Amino acid sequence: MSSILPRWMSAVTARHIALAVLLAGLAAAPLVAPTFWVTLLNYIGLYSIVALGLVLLTGVAGQTSFGQAAFVGIGAYVTAYLSTRYAALTWMPWLNLLLGLAVTAAIALCLGFITLRMRGHYLPLATIAWGISFYFLFGNLEFVGGHTGLSGIPSITFAGLELRNERYFYYLIWTITLASLWMTHNLLDSRQGRAVRALKGGIDLAEAFGVNAGRLKIVVFVYAALLACVSGWLYAHLQRFVNPTPFGLNQGIEYLFMAVVGGAGSVWGAVLGATLVTLLKTQLQDWLPRLLGRSGNFEIVVFGILMVVLLQKSRDGVWPWLESLLPPRPPRRIPAAGKLHVPERAPHALLLVVADARKAFGGLVAINDLSFDIRSGEILGLIGPNGAGKSTMFNLISGALPLTRGTIAFCGEAIAGRNAQAIARLGIARTFQHVRLLPTMSVLDNVALGAYLRGHAGVMRAALRLDRDEERQTTAEAAIQVDRVGLSAYLHAPAASLPLGAQRLVEIARALAAAPRLLLLDEPAAGLRYREKQELASLLRGLRAEGMTILLVEHDMEFVMGLTDRLVVMDFGVKLAEGLPAAIQADPLVREAYLGGVQ
Amino acid sequence: MDLSIAALLAQDGITNGAIYALLALALVLVFTVTRVIFVAAGEFVAYGTLTLAALQLGKSPGTVGLLVGLALCAGAMECVAAARRRSARLLSRRLALYVAAPLTLAAVVHFAAPLQLPLPVQIVLAVASVTALGPLLYRVAYQPLAEASVLVLLIVSVAVHFVLLGLGLWFFGAEGSRTPAFTHASFRVGGVNISGQSLLVLLFSLLLIGALYLFFERTLYGKALRATALNRVGARLVGISPNLAGTLTFLLAALLGAFSGVLIGPITTVYYDSGFLVSLKGFVGAIIGGLASYPLAAAGSLLVGLLESFSSFWASAYKEVIVFTLIVPVLLWRSLTTQHEDDEHE
Repeated sequence: MSSILPRWMSAVTARHIALAVLLAGLAAAPLVAPTFWVTLLNYIGLYSIVALGLVLLTGVAGQTSFGQAAFVGIGAYVTAYLSTRYAALTWMPWLNLLLGLAVTAAIALCLGFITLRMRGHYLPLATIAWGISFYFLFGNLEFVGGHTGLSGIPSITFAGLELRNERYFYYLIWTITLASLWMTHNLLDSRQGRAVRALKGGIDLAEAFGVNAGRLKIVVFVYAALLACVSGWLYAHLQRFVNPTPFGLNQGIEYLFMAVVGGAGSVWGAVLGATLVTLLKTQLQDWLPRLLGRSGNFEIVVFGILMVVLLQKSRDGVWPWLESLLPPRPPRRIPAAGKLHVPERAPHALLLVVADARKAFGGLVAINDLSFDIRSGEILGLIGPNGAGKSTMFNLISGALPLTRGTIAFCGEAIAGRNAQAIARLGIARTFQHVRLLPTMSVLDNVALGAYLRGHAGVMRAALRLDRDEERQTTAEAAIQVDRVGLSAYLHAPAASLPLGAQRLVEIARALAAAPRLLLLDEPAAGLRYREKQELASLLRGLRAEGMTILLVEHDMEFVMGLTDRLVVMDFGVKLAEGLPAAIQADPLVREAYLGGVQ
Repeated sequence: MDLSIAALLAQDGITNGAIYALLALALVLVFTVTRVIFVAAGEFVAYGTLTLAALQLGKSPGTVGLLVGLALCAGAMECVAAARRRSARLLSRRLALYVAAPLTLAAVVHFAAPLQLPLPVQIVLAVASVTALGPLLYRVAYQPLAEASVLVLLIVSVAVHFVLLGLGLWFFGAEGSRTPAFTHASFRVGGVNISGQSLLVLLFSLLLIGALYLFFERTLYGKALRATALNRVGARLVGISPNLAGTLTFLLAALLGAFSGVLIGPITTVYYDSGFLVSLKGFVGAIIGGLASYPLAAAGSLLVGLLESFSSFWASAYKEVIVFTLIVPVLLWRSLTTQHEDDEHE
């Protein structure tokens, strides 16, 4: 271990300096800037908080909501109503914040539960309806003033200081904005963050490593809604007046625009987007009426056109371009090997037993009463010509497909009918036939996703950065697995930059990071060159020597012959033969299936 | 509530429901063929009414300017695309389709406007000029993103909605318009007054739905669209161009929207921003059909129309809230009856 100081010094980069300058500028702004700019910065802060939620929801998890403005409205109205009723209680606004968060969470949970199980476009549609309903509901409820709204909302008192002046209020807004940014950033760089990113790669990918995708989507949606609610609470006490207009659907759409313009893939994109849209809007509201000789909501035309052009030209927004001007982020330091939890498991001689498994797709019987087993410590090859049902069998074991009849038992436990997530929990890890890595994430992060079930840190712990010990262990473990497949040189490279052969190895490393008892490999040699196949074979031999059990689904005879301990040959959903590779090679039935009859 | 009020409300509900059904059909059509959730469909409705209203006043409608702008945009995009391909093949045909045809139409409408032609001619001009916006919008806004995810396409739709909404305010002003009734006839059936206009709306909706049915069942283009909706890649493999399918779909959707606008104009006052709520109600209907089934979407839209009209009687201030809250039980029911579906992943 080197001393703290040089390490700290060497870690200071141009990025840190840029951040320090930005923070210093933000801290000094209300002391020197004219009121107009302080007001503008206050709004940018408020909008950034909402856009941050959308970064996580839309940019990272691939879901979207047009109803964020209505969640802002909930935060604003709860505190507006209660703090005007109980104006004498100076601590009331703080209690209202909690109440608003509770109401928001309840609504978001309902909407999320209803829509997030279905395809991605139902959430945006439901949130459009929610946004409109909110507007009309609050415009008609007498006790919150209808369309006129509520005025005379007291200001917030903090440590005996009443934040009446917006220059003071500025500090509250930006403290919360930066805290939200920090929390969201932490969350993205964590166990749950990797899982959220994996959602964009498809639910089956996330679930194969034990992520409860449906639950996680709801958590992300609620998180985004809560941020919006906080922004609304601040808004109400800044404006000290609320009416339904700023919480309507148009504003909800503008929030989404902010996230997309700035760059929905990054937390800084949210702040940038909020800044750009707010500045542009004030300018346009100034200029357009003069230009058109008429006043009205004309800036939406420009926004709309800009949005279409932006999506056509660069879907990632402005931030990635701005970030490319900064020096690249230094690669993450790999900590000394930690001790990531390895689940204790009793040894089992017969690891997997498939008995009379049957899978029918309508009238087509893809798997016809197939039986075989996998013994601990062996490499079993499941082979057969194209269309034999190998991949279907693979999906039955990994839980991607339900079984029609028969049983599959893993370590004596029946697993047929369980979902992929539950099967991953039992210690089965898989690879995908068509490589399913998250292309822009580093090899290290991709592999760390595999260790999802070995960690415990939840969203809150990650957001508050209380998960660092576990993260260090996970990083160390992922680095070990990358090294195990011989890709240490590419640790920090984006996964998509690797050749196909190496990407398949990353998939194997990711599966190994789950510390599985059984490794399921779906045609790992497909598309590989001769040399790459040889390297893959020697890697698998090495794993077997360490005691790993492997089920290899392949159709490349040559590849499996020298590698596997036993072979099961399938054709048209039935077992054709089973035995040692040499015996299989000599089997006339197998030859016929592969070569279409030998005279 | 007595029977006559109920009958009146039902008549209102069915009339509005018929309009929502037309919109719902357009939305289902656009979604299944192009995966675009076309929230801007409602703007075609408002543009339809307001264009006709402008013609009634003998004014050249703003739609003309938009047609010219979009046509020039589309023309420029085609030229750039041809330059990139380094081939002018098909360019003249596309320029004729995307530039010459809309410009001609715009010129006709512009110069015909002050003549105050008879109502049927004005209706044809209004419907034609709004319908022409559909394919142009597809070419300019959606075609370059045809392969993008549903989410990106939805954001584009919302952006297009913004643009059309803002332009609508600029073109037609903030005041609402009504167009003259096609007929002032009314019938008394069993003590209930039935207005001729309502009957006409119903009749025209049914006619349009019937025509669409024939188009999809009997014509090659209709079958090509059905094929694209079922399997995009497969349709492409047998030579159905996705651009053609998209263009045609947007043409039909714009036609349905414009026609709805003309039908609804004599019944209610239409403002530049009225279209959005109409299309969203069409959406609620379409969602009842899972954004896939035409008959269910039409039935759902009738339900929405009836619910709206009856809730405007009991709790008129909350009728929008009630209609849009209907989406919650519908979604819940769909959510519980469908398997956990995966998105297309990137």
